[in-house]
Amino acid sequence: MEQFFQQLTNGLAVGGIYALIALGYTMVYGVLKLINFAHGDLFTIGAYLGLTLLTSLSLTDRLGPFWGVVALAAMAMGLVALVGALLERVAYRPLRESPRLSAVVSALGASIFLSNAVMLIYGARFHVYPQDLLPKITLDLFGLQLPLVRVLILAASLVMMTALYLFIQKTRIGTAIRAAAIDQGAARLMGIDVDRVILLVFLIGPALGGVAGVMVGIYYGQINFTMGWTYGLKAFTAAILGGIGNIPGAMVGGLLLGVIEAMGAAYISIAWKDAIAFCILIAILIVRPTGLLGERVAEKV
Amino acid sequence: MTLLSLNRLTKSFGGLTAVNNVSFQVEGGSIVGLIGPNGAGKTTVFNLITGIYRPNQGEIIFNDGSIVGQPTHRIVSLGIARTFQTIRLFQNLSVLENVLSGCHCRMKSGSLAAMLRLPSQKKEERRAVERALGALTFVGLESQAEQLARNLSYGNQRLLEIARALATEPQLLILDEPAGGMNEQETGALITLIRRLRDRGITVLLIEHDMSLVMRVCERIVVLEYGAKIAEGEPAAIKADPKVIEAYLGTEENE
Repeated sequence: MEQFFQQLTNGLAVGGIYALIALGYTMVYGVLKLINFAHGDLFTIGAYLGLTLLTSLSLTDRLGPFWGVVALAAMAMGLVALVGALLERVAYRPLRESPRLSAVVSALGASIFLSNAVMLIYGARFHVYPQDLLPKITLDLFGLQLPLVRVLILAASLVMMTALYLFIQKTRIGTAIRAAAIDQGAARLMGIDVDRVILLVFLIGPALGGVAGVMVGIYYGQINFTMGWTYGLKAFTAAILGGIGNIPGAMVGGLLLGVIEAMGAAYISIAWKDAIAFCILIAILIVRPTGLLGERVAEKV
Repeated sequence: MTLLSLNRLTKSFGGLTAVNNVSFQVEGGSIVGLIGPNGAGKTTVFNLITGIYRPNQGEIIFNDGSIVGQPTHRIVSLGIARTFQTIRLFQNLSVLENVLSGCHCRMKSGSLAAMLRLPSQKKEERRAVERALGALTFVGLESQAEQLARNLSYGNQRLLEIARALATEPQLLILDEPAGGMNEQETGALITLIRRLRDRGITVLLIEHDMSLVMRVCERIVVLEYGAKIAEGEPAAIKADPKVIEAYLGTEENE
């Protein structure tokens, strides 16, 4: 039972990271019907920028471990959001009126460009996050020994997901985003500046992806320029699992995928964890082709 | 006072001239009808006014300023709103959220304020809900605010389109076949609603195929055929105009 709960919390923490990345895929898909293949690389950039900020500003020395990491996460979010907005401007906006495949090719090109840029700047070897970033405390929750970092990562991703959900559901700008996802033309005629909505989506999605990169750095301790590919693929899977274009779907899909993976690794075989995750994905898609929460494909953000 | 003025407007798609040298004025506070056989260019005129198409030639003056070349959302915030011939509601949003989407352009606080849930922004959000409910009450849909738009009856979906357009606080409301698919009784209620809109100070420009509605509600009528204006005047004069009768019924070959 102990092992089960350890794997469950571990799976939820990793799943929270998947969910944050998946939100970027699903929001962009919801508004533009485009899979932003460069999103995984924005996540990588988040991890690397986080490392640079951490070592160059020595944030944790100045602000203490907790606020240092919060400041680090906030800065990484802001910077990656800017990269995301730039990406939209350079790689996608010029192709807005083109056939959808052109934008997909542009996305793939942007992905290759970004991951190679990271490799050229930082080098191809693994980089290591400082291990003493957060105090190595084990929390005792209901008799369960949990590392502090795992609890913090899960809590942070849940807080951000809740905030995003409330923003999308409860505010006028959230309504504008959902309206633009359903019918861009009608949204324009309601006075909604659809270009600004798209820009906003390309700020929020990359910000969440960027902070997920920092989280992976803190949780696993090491980062690599190809990590965006593996995590991007997993998160994309999570978005599809939940129903692409659907925001709560990406959250549920991410958490679920993380737990499935952790359980598969613990109880079946760690070597098979990806295969198990994808088998379950396929099984779910056979039963529900539009994903767990997708009603009709691509109608919701 | 002239609210909207189209001057020698021309729009062609490839070899087809959909709107050919059309000019007319809409006076503030009036109800104007735009009629014509299918394919006469009525909806194209609406799309030109709302900035969806850009005219090849001509001017569109709204409130003494040219609006040609402005993006659609700007034109809406200047005070022009429209509904669609085929209903284009946000089907998966609630009735209230549909109307709230129209409040968007009248609100000031930015995305950052919304994310941080600043008090000023919360207050503005609350005012928007009040305004949206006001628009729903105006068309008589307030009891269905929480329903999903797609669950409304066809006639009510048309009313919701009007409420959503009202939320943008327009001076000019453009209705594209508002009575399409309505029965006699619903059409009667629509006529009352259009008059109440005008009494509220909103100028109405409408396209409609239901001639009885047009004749009953419009104060002036503009008739298009093959993209060109063939007549303009009061309903009684239009009804008697031989060119209009010809356009609708064809000429009699032998007297």
